[in-house]
Amino acid sequence: MIKLVGIHKSFGRQKVLDGLSLDIEDGKTTVIIGGSGGGKSVLLKHIIGLLKPDSGQVLIDGVDIASLNDRDLNEIRKKFGMLFQEAALFDSMNVMENVAFPLREHTGKKEKEIREIVKEKLKAVGLTGVEDKMPSELSGGMRKRVGLARAIAMQPQIVLFDEPTTGLDPVMTEAINELIVETQRNFDLTCVVISHDVQSIFTVGHKIAMLYKGKIVEYGTPEEIKSSSDPVLRQFLSGSLEGPISVI
Amino acid sequence: MNKIAATVDNFGRAILENIEEMGRILLLFLSVLMWMVRPPLKLRLIFKQMEFVGVKSIFVVVLTGTFTGMVMALQGYYGFKMFNAESLVGSTVALGMTRELGPVLTALMVTARAGSAMAAELGTMRVTEQIDALYVMAANPVKHLIVPRVIAGVLMLPLLTVVSDFMGILGGYFVGVPVLGINSGAFISNITKLVDLGDIYHGLTKAAFFGLILSLVGCHKGFIATGGAEGVGRATTEAVVLASVSILISDYFLTAIMF
Ligand SMILES: Nc1ncnc2c1ncn2[C@@H]1O[C@H](COP(=O)(O)OP(=O)(O)OP(=O)(O)O)[C@@H](O)[C@H]1O
Ligand SMILES: [Mg+2]
Repeated sequence: MIKLVGIHKSFGRQKVLDGLSLDIEDGKTTVIIGGSGGGKSVLLKHIIGLLKPDSGQVLIDGVDIASLNDRDLNEIRKKFGMLFQEAALFDSMNVMENVAFPLREHTGKKEKEIREIVKEKLKAVGLTGVEDKMPSELSGGMRKRVGLARAIAMQPQIVLFDEPTTGLDPVMTEAINELIVETQRNFDLTCVVISHDVQSIFTVGHKIAMLYKGKIVEYGTPEEIKSSSDPVLRQFLSGSLEGPISVI
Repeated sequence: MNKIAATVDNFGRAILENIEEMGRILLLFLSVLMWMVRPPLKLRLIFKQMEFVGVKSIFVVVLTGTFTGMVMALQGYYGFKMFNAESLVGSTVALGMTRELGPVLTALMVTARAGSAMAAELGTMRVTEQIDALYVMAANPVKHLIVPRVIAGVLMLPLLTVVSDFMGILGGYFVGVPVLGINSGAFISNITKLVDLGDIYHGLTKAAFFGLILSLVGCHKGFIATGGAEGVGRATTEAVVLASVSILISDYFLTAIMF
């Protein structure tokens, strides 16, 4: 169980998270939505301890991760997989080495077995025959999918996806959503997905949370969200310029 | 009055910042030492860095070493000729190269070539979240990225210095004997008489230390880079400047200690 309690985070004078609290249920997919620059990626980085809150707590199975030493934090991180918004592939390594990285690092598996797993994960994200390519030789969408394969390579219990479908074509978007739903169901994963794509939100989410002005302003099942009367949420889902969210 | 106060204030701040940075580099060094003794060492990464720092620097080191030896012979000849001691040119070149110029010039060249590349590479990894990705996969960046570079720096600099020393003496011989007409036997026998192994060790010890400085500074600057491509550029420049200055300053103190 991931529990965020009263998280405040500022960068310099800019306040990004302002007393945010959120419970993320085990074995479910929670989708976080919110405006661009609203702090969704920052929120995700708090969950895995890449950023430390100015105040407030991130509890994972009841343990405040800020209080952990490196070794214990690493033990917790091994349960996680994460897809970064810009994929964050190692550009000194080819695709095979990228996806194999966590396997080589943390499992005693044989080289042959690792290659099998990598091929299988790449196939799951719709990539074949790219094992020897370098990240710089891939398109943005392909990079994202390699990042996805790397995130799920270790069969983690918790997976954090930062915009898994942004920049993909509609068919590929559907396929990746399907992949997330399937893996989540088959392995009973806890998933946290950041998404802008209204269609995807309702396909993959069991729970949806709306981040606005540093707080979660609305939280509920897709049905609850669809029928919510919260003006911020209404405006966000309809993509209208009229409403409390001022853009320009 | 206000102006003076502001100047003092700025000056003090700059000094404090420098001290803080020094402290950070020292802490990074301690953590490198800690990860170095924790197996498994990433041999493949170490060899890759040794190739990059060492093998690929040979050409510039040969070039700078040779020409430095040549110019030293030329300048030495000019001085020694005044009191008919031209045969001392060889030993002057050899002492100068092994004790001082070999290690320092090699370190400066490798700083420009490899120290800058370390800062640029780690800086890019920092701003594109690749370092975050390492953390997320429970892999320590110091162990994966910095330890191999520091080991390569410390091991390869003395080796490159040997090359530089040798080429410098060779260059000196080439200018001294065939060009300036110094007696070949006297040139060589003065070298063997006046240069002992201690001088060479002295130079190689310094070289290893310079290798440590340039790799630590390069990695540190890259590791803390922020702000996109511009930030990476800044980190690279700062790394080269700080490493070069540190090498020249520490050179004096190391020499004074080992004199
Ligand atoms: N390391 C950082 N240093 C300074 N400011 C930061 C840092 N990371 C994020 N920010 C700021 O925090 C705010 C939230 O950023 P974040 O990346 O979380 O947005 P986001 O909700 O993920 O947006 P998008 O949907 O466009 O990805 C931004 O205004 C950004 O400028
Ligand atoms: Mg984001």
